[in-house]
Amino acid sequence: MATALVLTAAFAMVFFYAPLDADQGFVQKIFYVHVPMAIVALVGFVAGGICAVMYLRTRETKWDMRSYVTIHLSVILAVGVLVTGSIWARASWGHWWVWDEPMLVSFLIVFLLYATYWPLRFSLEDREKQARYASVFAIVAGAFVPLNFTAVRMAEQYIHPETLATTTGGMPGKFALTFVVALIGMTLLFFTLIKYEMASKHATFRLRALRRRLAGDDDDLMLPTRSAAPSL
Amino acid sequence: MLPALPLDEAGKYVAGAYLVFLALILIYVAIMASKLARIEREVVDLAEVVERKGGADGAGAGAAVAPPAALPATKEPAATKEPATTKEPATTKQPAATKQRAR
Repeated sequence: MATALVLTAAFAMVFFYAPLDADQGFVQKIFYVHVPMAIVALVGFVAGGICAVMYLRTRETKWDMRSYVTIHLSVILAVGVLVTGSIWARASWGHWWVWDEPMLVSFLIVFLLYATYWPLRFSLEDREKQARYASVFAIVAGAFVPLNFTAVRMAEQYIHPETLATTTGGMPGKFALTFVVALIGMTLLFFTLIKYEMASKHATFRLRALRRRLAGDDDDLMLPTRSAAPSL
Repeated sequence: MLPALPLDEAGKYVAGAYLVFLALILIYVAIMASKLARIEREVVDLAEVVERKGGADGAGAGAAVAPPAALPATKEPAATKEPATTKEPATTKQPAATKQRAR
């Protein structure tokens, strides 16, 4: 409920409160959906890595599940970032994609890196090994995300508009307030989706466990079925 | 510096970007809805299995029929440790509902 309210408020502020950008005009409104999605997706990737660290420390499958779900939703948001970014690039620069723009290419690399997460998981039938390997992947890839972000910021050939405070000053008040509300809304949406996905996964596994007990045919039904999703 | 696009031209790009976001959410919700529907179907199936088992037990040995709620509760998945496929030990604790019935 809070998610819906904050997101609705954010989008209302985007179109009725935030002023038009002097440089880009109305097209700049894409910023309020594109950048919060990008920030939440990147933080989600890092959070997936932290959950993976927790899994390797405790060996509790709940951490593997959290890492999996966080990365899953971050990849979904990353798709949105790439598509909305492409639309913004077309409107601003006249091209759907610019290969010599570090931010775009680096984000694509991060996305493609995480796109290999499911094939990796699916390729391992042994659940323990699957969780362990996927955790190592999530940690390495999660560490790559901030490194990548920093490297892009330090790149000389830099034309991508900066969003956070810079040496030339931050965003003006109304822009900043709208952006913060949009970011909070996107973060709440992310947590809401995580909650639902976790609930769905738990319900599915509990049902399977019940079915196994009812069937009473332990040996056959206890065999693990190959899946990229973690087993609880 | 590129000039700002006129509103009629910029509007379609902005609308497109926000529609992409909306579409992503809608697709996700649709997928979740289909998963929920599958879970519901499985619950109905399980309820039928329990009823059939209960009916068979009642007709045969005359044992008490366990309602679906009295099924052995699964362990909280969050607390389980790897490997998840490990079989439960044969001597499991009595579920709470069974204890109540015994009293």
